[in-house]
Amino acid sequence: MLYFRQVWTVAGKDLRSELRTKESLNAAISFAIVILVLFSFAMDPTADQIREISGGLLWLVFAFAGALILNRSFARELGNDCLDALVSSPLTGSALFLGKALGNFILLTIVELVSLPIFGVLYNIEWARRPRALAAILLLTTWGVTVIGTMFSALTVNLRLRELMLPTLIYPMMIPALMSAMRLTTLLIAGEPIPADDEIWVRLLIGFDIIFTALAVGLVEVVLVG
Amino acid sequence: MRTKILAVLCLASGLWLARNLYVIFLTMGDEAAQGAIYRIIYFHVPSWITCFTAFFVAGVSSVLYLVRKNSRFDTLAVATVEAGVVFTIVGLVTGSIWGRIIWGIWWTWDPRLTWALITCVIYSGYLMLRHAIDDPTARAKNSAVLCIFSFTSVIITYKAIDWWRTQHPGPVLSFRTGGGNIDPAMEHMLFQNLGALLLLCAAIVVVRMRQEDMQREVEALRRYAHAL
Amino acid sequence: MSAVAVEGIWKYYGDYPALRNIGFSVQEGQCLALLGRNGAGKTTLLRIMAGLLRPQRGSIRIFDRDARHPQTRASIGVIGHGIGVYDELSAFENLLLFGRLYGLNDPSSAAMEWLRRTSLDNVAGSLVREFSRGMRQRLAVARAFLHNPSLLLLDEPFTSLDDRAIALLQSLMRDALARGATVIMSTHQLREAMELATHAALLGRGKLIFHGERPAAMLQDPTWLYRAYGES
Repeated sequence: MLYFRQVWTVAGKDLRSELRTKESLNAAISFAIVILVLFSFAMDPTADQIREISGGLLWLVFAFAGALILNRSFARELGNDCLDALVSSPLTGSALFLGKALGNFILLTIVELVSLPIFGVLYNIEWARRPRALAAILLLTTWGVTVIGTMFSALTVNLRLRELMLPTLIYPMMIPALMSAMRLTTLLIAGEPIPADDEIWVRLLIGFDIIFTALAVGLVEVVLVG
Repeated sequence: MRTKILAVLCLASGLWLARNLYVIFLTMGDEAAQGAIYRIIYFHVPSWITCFTAFFVAGVSSVLYLVRKNSRFDTLAVATVEAGVVFTIVGLVTGSIWGRIIWGIWWTWDPRLTWALITCVIYSGYLMLRHAIDDPTARAKNSAVLCIFSFTSVIITYKAIDWWRTQHPGPVLSFRTGGGNIDPAMEHMLFQNLGALLLLCAAIVVVRMRQEDMQREVEALRRYAHAL
Repeated sequence: MSAVAVEGIWKYYGDYPALRNIGFSVQEGQCLALLGRNGAGKTTLLRIMAGLLRPQRGSIRIFDRDARHPQTRASIGVIGHGIGVYDELSAFENLLLFGRLYGLNDPSSAAMEWLRRTSLDNVAGSLVREFSRGMRQRLAVARAFLHNPSLLLLDEPFTSLDDRAIALLQSLMRDALARGATVIMSTHQLREAMELATHAALLGRGKLIFHGERPAAMLQDPTWLYRAYGES
């Protein structure tokens, strides 16, 4: 019980200070909109073409904008040596990790929920034709992206080149989740069901979430305690 | 002692490779369907097995580092990853050349090829992370964790031809197919060359481990100098 | 029971040993001043006791438990180089956060109580970002004492404190020692430290050169220990 209260305390602390300053949330949402706008210059899209690549476009937007949030995750503990204060408290590494991941997950979901309607308006696409399946895929992928991002944020927190290293390391690692999500999201936005042939992508996504959550929870203590 | 081992490794792998090259190019005939280019399989498949072996050793020694906190395991991990990345590139290049001849294109976004490329990128990221961390202990610890994460990409690459319908040829070696997909003489030759490449890989690893040991010593001496 | 028992600790940075074969124990109720030049290993040793670092060799027991055991850490109060509180939270929110993490029964009244004791109760709702330097340091002290720790690990606690904060910290340390708590502090401010220290330890280049009761000569001449062991 204390464990879950600690997880929630950490998540609440991160959300509170983020919503108070809106440093990374504002940046992430504006960045997402900028990419959506820029993309319309990359090609002259018809609705059909956009529908065919909608998943790819959306997840690139989410992943790029998400990196801005993930970058701040552990970096916000650096000022005033707060990370030392947290690690020397009775908080276990995994509770700290899960709390931070939960906070990032909620922030990323907010970015997605803001970007989706803007995407729909800009490209004239009715995106919510399969709302429940789409929500499930969004949440599963967002969790996977969050776990990798939060863990790697902890790994790179003390680096001079943190802002450069994090994207270079996380994107290749996230590819299994992003690939699955891009494919499935495209199908669902077009309003099609997921064919049996593509169920491998759902399994890959779930497997990705489970394996990386387990690895991160198991290894984060080693990363935080020198 | 280490110098002797290194000399023996280099000599053995060099001789074995030379002998294999002689057999492959001068005594074995062309394959019925593919002609002369099929010979690339003797390098393509063994280099992939070698790099997977190297990454596996790196993963195991990273786990051992985290358990024992002995810097020897870190040295082994970085040496095997570097050697592994070299063999990954050899595998990608040989595959690409083969694809140009047989498929008519250098590259296609087939799941096997894609995952192979991702593996290469991920392990290059590992080497980049090492360069970015100054404190040797933090470097060893953080890169060990990254190495464990990275190994998932090796598993996906290996299983890609089972999970997806790929343009990349399916498994040929008998331990995966149960036999019948490859002429025994060809498979024998393939394993011969695998042995030679593994030895070569081991030689590279030993050289890199020596350099890494020396670098750690230099770093420690520098700290001693600052402490004075 | 000894509060801290350190045995044969080695800590390496790469191949360079920052701590070499350190062994000593601190009994409950003692106040140990950890002395030594910059780079002698004081901070590394304190960070190991605080559970922020793990030694490569040797063992450390705190109240006869592992240093990373949650119960151990619940009984330790740490002041490091940074203040360890969040700029974008208010003073009260900061203490409430740590009160919850330390599993206090009534975190909010403990937070109010410590804001009062550090005379920050009139700015409880203000963001730490707006605080003056002295107020931030007093809040850092409140965070470390919030859960009534029975072991205090203080890294250079008097450095960069103003007079008021020094007086506050000294009186809190006296109270803590009076209720039987143990204090270990590293310091260069020998005069402030010697009033409280019952014991002293001297580190030099990662080795423990001296450990024992605070020599009486140090009250008159705080640098006596450095000179006696050729570390000046």
